[in-house]
Amino acid sequence: MAEDMLIIKDLKKYFPTEKKDLYVRAVDSINLTIKKGEVVGLVGESGSGKSTTAYMVMGSYAPTSGKIIFNGQDISIPAKKRPLTIKKNIQIVFQDPGTSLNPQRTVGQILGLPLRVHHIVPNKDMNDRIIKLLDMVGLSEDYMYKYPRTLGGGERQLVAIARALATDPSLLVLDEPTSALDVSVQAKIINTLMNLQKQLGMSYLFITHDMSLMRNIADRIAIMYLGKIVEIAAATDFFQRPLHPYTQMLLSSIPVVLKAEQELKPKRIRSQGEIPSPVNIPSGCRFHTRCPQAGEYCMKEEPSMVEVFNQHFVSCHLYKK
Amino acid sequence: MISIKTKKTNKKWAAKLDGLCRSWYKFSRNKLSVFGLIIVLTVIFIALFADKIAPFPEHAGAFVDLGNAGRPPGEGYLFGTDQYGRDILSRIFFSFRGAIIMGIGVLAVAVPVGVFLGLIAGYFQGSLIEPLIMRTVDIFLALPPLVLALAVSAVLRPTLFNSMMAVSFAWWAWYTRLSYGMASSIRNEFYIQSAELIGASRLHILLREILPNCLGPIFTKMTLDMGWVILIGASLSFVGMGEQPPKPALGTMVADGAKYIPHMWWLAVFPALAIMIIVLGFNLLGDGIRDMLSTEEV
Repeated sequence: MAEDMLIIKDLKKYFPTEKKDLYVRAVDSINLTIKKGEVVGLVGESGSGKSTTAYMVMGSYAPTSGKIIFNGQDISIPAKKRPLTIKKNIQIVFQDPGTSLNPQRTVGQILGLPLRVHHIVPNKDMNDRIIKLLDMVGLSEDYMYKYPRTLGGGERQLVAIARALATDPSLLVLDEPTSALDVSVQAKIINTLMNLQKQLGMSYLFITHDMSLMRNIADRIAIMYLGKIVEIAAATDFFQRPLHPYTQMLLSSIPVVLKAEQELKPKRIRSQGEIPSPVNIPSGCRFHTRCPQAGEYCMKEEPSMVEVFNQHFVSCHLYKK
Repeated sequence: MISIKTKKTNKKWAAKLDGLCRSWYKFSRNKLSVFGLIIVLTVIFIALFADKIAPFPEHAGAFVDLGNAGRPPGEGYLFGTDQYGRDILSRIFFSFRGAIIMGIGVLAVAVPVGVFLGLIAGYFQGSLIEPLIMRTVDIFLALPPLVLALAVSAVLRPTLFNSMMAVSFAWWAWYTRLSYGMASSIRNEFYIQSAELIGASRLHILLREILPNCLGPIFTKMTLDMGWVILIGASLSFVGMGEQPPKPALGTMVADGAKYIPHMWWLAVFPALAIMIIVLGFNLLGDGIRDMLSTEEV
């Protein structure tokens, strides 16, 4: 197996609230590794801490504690203090391409910035390189002089992807890159992303709440619930035998059309209630308030990660050895 | 190779031209702002070519023709003559020069300084420099600009240049506050975050990413302020702290003419009307530019 590129170790992020001893525990001690060339899906509801994790990997937030190690280098520091080589190697595609592209700059200028900052090509080859980047995401060179407002949502996201690719990164963080787009263009964006991943051998940390999307693209999937990872497994394993009751609940909520898919799907489990507040986290297992199989024990003790099958980890009392 | 290049530049220019046409369409929808533009262009034209189009260019300086002194508006002298027999119209034409120089000069100093300080304060929020700049701005904004300009002019020699400096000194803080407000909201946009994550320099982020998004309101304020600055400049020259006689200045002409009201009313009324028209022109133009630059779709 390829080497570990990104190692996230006991990562925590607590945001202070107005009350002194109360914290929003957005990310509460998670462990995750991403191998070279691997697509890892980080799935969870709103408020599960998946975006906070992405922002810590990017360096927009400094972690409260824990470590992020990228190619052997500790990068659990704010982006400002990171060396340029790290910035070059980790890039992000934001959720909403409407706000991630400067409305006053042309596509050419937007793509030129990373090239210039990292001295990717000499100035005279700048235009050719920009055209090549546009070509990589399937846009013609005419886009160079266009402003983002004249583009559609899908085209904007393609430009954002091209910008992220400009520095030739080895890890791309994708923060729900399709959720702000029309369904009609989502598939195109996903296809572009996956083709590029194969061509360039990048690793993806793919943040999403769309389980059905993950089935098709991810190598491994991690499920987050209230700041903790509750289940990690290879994608194939994951959909065949989901272990955690929360995962089963998520999977049963995917609408399916084909009969074959119907059989794969766990029995419908009605989701009960909303995700609790990360300020006031339930005692014991965080999921016990919504879990159909919760026992008394679940309220008392927090479960730890156990490897149930090969490389299939789950954090649930039901699978205690 | 050359043909490819021309094709590219053509596309670039076509996009620009398209943008210009759109802007003009938005601007011209409001007839009043077109009227404002016409006034402003006329005033600038007159200021540039005052010595060609004024009926008596020599009346702009120290000129005495007591035989024609105090003529009412009418034949030969459209706006009448002053107590020394100088043509009021010619003197108004020449005084436009000082007024326009005043407006442009003040904005040329106050806007770059004010905007840059505002961008710094807005972007580096939470650092020490923000309260340092913004509290200074508060002090400046607490004083009426005319009072501040008067105070500064009082210690300087009364010249056009010094009155420009005085008004600039009183004016920059408004631009700092304006750009501070915009920069502090723009800094949270994802495209700023993206530039930071790419590793762009702070100067790049301030001037290339944030500044272009602030230009709309800044231009609007500049056009509106041209009128105000000219008004303050006229006020300064009204109390004798601007351009010195015998050179014509609108404020001085009104001040001198006021002594002869009511029987020689034209001495004060026409320069006063000229001030009003300039200020009106710039205000209407400013409104039009604001409408043009607003992101609201047509």
